[in-house]
Amino acid sequence: MSEKSYRDAVRDALREELIRDERVLILGEEVGVWGGTYAVTRSLYDEFGGKRIIDTPIAEAAIIGAAVGAAMGGLRPVAELMTINFSLEAMDQIVNNAAKIHFMFGGQMKVPLVIRTPAGWGQLAATHSQSFEAWFAHLPGLIVAMPGTPYDAKGMLKTAIRSDNPVMFIEHARLYGVKGDVPDGEYTVPLGVPDIKRAGGDITIVTYSRMLHVALAAAEELSRDGIECEIVDLRTLRPLNMSKVYDSVVKTHRALVLEEDWTTCGMGAEIAARIGRDRFDFLDAPVERLGQIEVPVPYARNLEALMFPDEKLVVQRVREMLS
Amino acid sequence: MDSMISVIRPDGTADPEQDPGLPEEDLLLLYRKMALLRAFDEKAIALQRAGRIGFFVPSAGQEACSVGAGHALRDGDWIFPSYRDHGMALMRGCPLETLLGQIYGNAADPTRGRQMPSHWCDRSIRLVSVSSPVATQLPQAVGAAYAAKLRGEKVASIASFGDGGTSTGEFHAAMNFAGVFETPTVFFCENNQYAISVPVSRQTAASSLAVKAQAYGFRGIRVDGNDVLAVRKVVGDALARARDGKGPTLIEALTYRIGPHSTSDDPTIYRSAEEVAAWREKDPIRRFAAFLSGRGLMDDASIDAAAAEAKEAVRKAVEVVEAAPPVPFESLFEDVYAELPWHLAEARDALLAGKE
Repeated sequence: MSEKSYRDAVRDALREELIRDERVLILGEEVGVWGGTYAVTRSLYDEFGGKRIIDTPIAEAAIIGAAVGAAMGGLRPVAELMTINFSLEAMDQIVNNAAKIHFMFGGQMKVPLVIRTPAGWGQLAATHSQSFEAWFAHLPGLIVAMPGTPYDAKGMLKTAIRSDNPVMFIEHARLYGVKGDVPDGEYTVPLGVPDIKRAGGDITIVTYSRMLHVALAAAEELSRDGIECEIVDLRTLRPLNMSKVYDSVVKTHRALVLEEDWTTCGMGAEIAARIGRDRFDFLDAPVERLGQIEVPVPYARNLEALMFPDEKLVVQRVREMLS
Repeated sequence: MDSMISVIRPDGTADPEQDPGLPEEDLLLLYRKMALLRAFDEKAIALQRAGRIGFFVPSAGQEACSVGAGHALRDGDWIFPSYRDHGMALMRGCPLETLLGQIYGNAADPTRGRQMPSHWCDRSIRLVSVSSPVATQLPQAVGAAYAAKLRGEKVASIASFGDGGTSTGEFHAAMNFAGVFETPTVFFCENNQYAISVPVSRQTAASSLAVKAQAYGFRGIRVDGNDVLAVRKVVGDALARARDGKGPTLIEALTYRIGPHSTSDDPTIYRSAEEVAAWREKDPIRRFAAFLSGRGLMDDASIDAAAAEAKEAVRKAVEVVEAAPPVPFESLFEDVYAELPWHLAEARDALLAGKE
């Protein structure tokens, strides 16, 4: 094991797959010479050259469209969108093409494509602070991964690159510097399998990506008062595997879904509906959700600070649910 | 379309064929605004480095573009700038405090702390804020021009963007719409050679960006973007044609971003010191100063005085803006819709209750 940042873990996954499979290539804005806006692909251009680490013109629709074509054409492209906000420029290519080609063409064409892109915020304001994971999780044909730790990020990205399906691999700008243990040797983490990140018997917190760390910090605080949270990290949002969530709810009888996105029509809505339908008899209280305030994200620091659930709010909500 | 129009010749005199013939007071105004813009940029970068503002997009090296184009605009014209064109706002009379207030995102910001720095909006001069993703303002500029045409207003719209913007789908779509509907739109491309780290050679294989206009059925012109008189002339002519119902124009202004893309960038990774030094020699402010000196309108003392005056104006504006309070927290829920809806009033009250 070595301690690595989330950024380095993602880069290691890319590098190892570039070495392992010559069909893998990276394309996007600023990914080559500059090494990526968030420095994820730094040094890969020097090692693999401009034929495999490709700086593209600014045109997200063409980046994803070309990647879809290259994937059908026998390569395994990893396209980077500088931020998930720019996916809006490529939506038709993602929704109507990447996600559906295998189905529409009767299985004749595969699209082994990974779209890497960070969600996140930090005085990036209304157009650059969005999540959108629920939009992508809405789409049959797409796999949506949103890992929260360096270990998961590396292992899941390797699986994503080897998958024959299009994978929306959503990273997080505020996680890139977060460190964690990563095995030194080869390993992969499956897609579609949640992970219990903390065991506890009093309440289930269902979460993913950066909010995992908010949940862990809140759980630590609550534990001092004898309240034990069980934290289920979904890791993959589509396909949404509920088995670990259900096992946990059967044990705790209470669930809180913690997401960074707006809650209306979000992941929490889906999860609450499924728990309500499949484990209704085990619930002692309605499933609760916590997410961001339903306005566009402002720039002003004092207002932005109000936008997202923090550890304090999670602690408060859990106490309310248990009282 | 690959040749380039210049006015100020290497010896500092104006080419009489191209000289827009501006009155002396306008020439001096152009100079003062360019100096003010440079002082504004230097201060904003210093403020960012000192942690007093979060982010800034500088325009040093490109002052002739935004100030020259801004001077050619008239009341009623629509401005859809890129994030590097605060010079157009300054030239159109937008107060320094408004520009600085936006960067601070406090109560001095007319847009109420909603957008990242360098996203200015001022309805009084029909200045529409850029939305960040490049070139998204281009189709809007076409639409505003089309609306003006339908309403019988003799006004034009200008959309400015960088070389990187020409790679987008929006550039193609906007140019095509403008050509088809003959909208009074000036597409003003400031080719500053880099889209963040990516050189223009990675944006196009065409011999110029101006040549692209041909495919959309209208004029494309290349202008020396470090020559404020040339920019003033070419943009002025294009706007006049647009207002007269003669359709759109694409202008490619050749220039160079002397500084970083933004305060988050380090250009030494992708550009050589020699390249930057060569462009510094073509500094648009120094070049214009040489012209004005040759005309006997300025001398070393008045050049220094203009720089000092600009610096002082910026210092004063910073003082005013820094004294403004933060935006009130209730404002978070306002302007999401035209009126405050019940559900956001409830959310506001819940947050307020939670704070107490």
